[in-house]
Amino acid sequence: MKNKKNIENDEIDCLLEAIWRRYGYDFRHYSRASIKRRIRHHMGLSDCQHISEMIPKIFHDESFFESLLNDLSISVTQMFRDPVVFNSIRQQIFPKLKTYARINIWHAGCSTGEEAYTLAILLEEEGLLNRAQIYATDFNNASIDKASRGIYPLKSLQNCNELYLSSGGKHKISDYYHANYEAIKFKQSLVDHITFAHHNLTCDQVFAQMHLILCRNVLIYFDKTLQNHVLDLCRDSLVSQGFLVLGDKENLDFTSVREDFDNFSQPHRIYRKRAGW
Amino acid sequence: MKQYDTVVIGTSAGGLGALTAILSVLPENFKLPILVVQHQPADADDFLHRHLNDLCQLNVKEASPGELIVAGRVYIAPRGYHLLVEESHRFSLSVDLPVNYAIPSIDVLFESAADVYKAKLIGVILTGANNDGALGLKEVKAQGGLTIVQAPDTAEVSCMPQAAIGMTKIDHILSLNEIASFLTKLNDVKDTDND
Repeated sequence: MKNKKNIENDEIDCLLEAIWRRYGYDFRHYSRASIKRRIRHHMGLSDCQHISEMIPKIFHDESFFESLLNDLSISVTQMFRDPVVFNSIRQQIFPKLKTYARINIWHAGCSTGEEAYTLAILLEEEGLLNRAQIYATDFNNASIDKASRGIYPLKSLQNCNELYLSSGGKHKISDYYHANYEAIKFKQSLVDHITFAHHNLTCDQVFAQMHLILCRNVLIYFDKTLQNHVLDLCRDSLVSQGFLVLGDKENLDFTSVREDFDNFSQPHRIYRKRAGW
Repeated sequence: MKQYDTVVIGTSAGGLGALTAILSVLPENFKLPILVVQHQPADADDFLHRHLNDLCQLNVKEASPGELIVAGRVYIAPRGYHLLVEESHRFSLSVDLPVNYAIPSIDVLFESAADVYKAKLIGVILTGANNDGALGLKEVKAQGGLTIVQAPDTAEVSCMPQAAIGMTKIDHILSLNEIASFLTKLNDVKDTDND
């Protein structure tokens, strides 16, 4: 006889399978503890008493799925999170990118876009923005919509100037946006160099000829199988000697691409694709 | 004596002193892994686990995603991430929204650990200035685990112990010294067990 918790695990398996079959989003290879917490949270907001009651809704109510997807994929981001990493991108990676006539950057899992604008500001200050294009992708449409608008609450930028300066900022963060009442909008000259798009790392294709990929705090949600899949995708999207930046608790050890990359800056989780690939 | 597999500890304001008082007296042969959430500002450095590692006989380190939880080690949740336990007894991390204004959150660790270890979990709430951990400790109890709270009148900041006591019938309300000797005694029992 199974106890209540084991039944709950089976219900989650069935729910994730239903999402996969109906919509093609694959959460089956996500770290289970976080997913479980997010599903329980969503159930608490719905009229369902059991997780399995969400399954018919997944099949027949797309708006229910959209709101569940939003809860399953939300992640928190901010401008200049980990400023030392952005300083290192500025000081160590950008000089190597200067030789290219056109610079392609893929920000995989950009969430609501704050770090894409962070990158654009860095590129502007290093004189590279006019030949750079940032492709910022996420599989959460609501996040992508928010990112494309480029409008954020003014209070979300609290402490931001400090972080900006520790990332090697040369001016003031307020030089890069217009403030109106309680909101800010990033300048069009930054927006023009960012393409926000829907992309699902679990099933969509590579981006060709990227010089730099940021994939930060994405792998922490995945099991080994899915981590390797995403890292293969990153490797295949990069030019020879292109750069990969991971989150500060992520690394390439024990992954399928370990031999394909050299450590470029270990403390900042920056890797460089080996020549010849 | 009932056997336990793991200890989870949650603390906030005043936590450094409280953690030091407990962890520094645990013996080198302590058999259970100890998972700790100490609220820290997002820009804190890695002082906490280095400091504790210097003072403790046990090996104290920051928890890494995917890392297998090993007996006799103390794992500190990295700042800026929630720490969770998977069924495989490995850690996972998330950057989900803060819970009770905190990331890492004590509730998040305790609830996921209770899911995995069930009645074999010991949950400990120490000094702190908000109510994070109260729901988590309730879940530890609901799963049959053992609950311990620092006696509020001995805590540097009593809010967090009080919130936990307000929500759950706590098994043991103890001073820091008593918590340390309770855990040490438990270890002696486990030591003589054939299991």
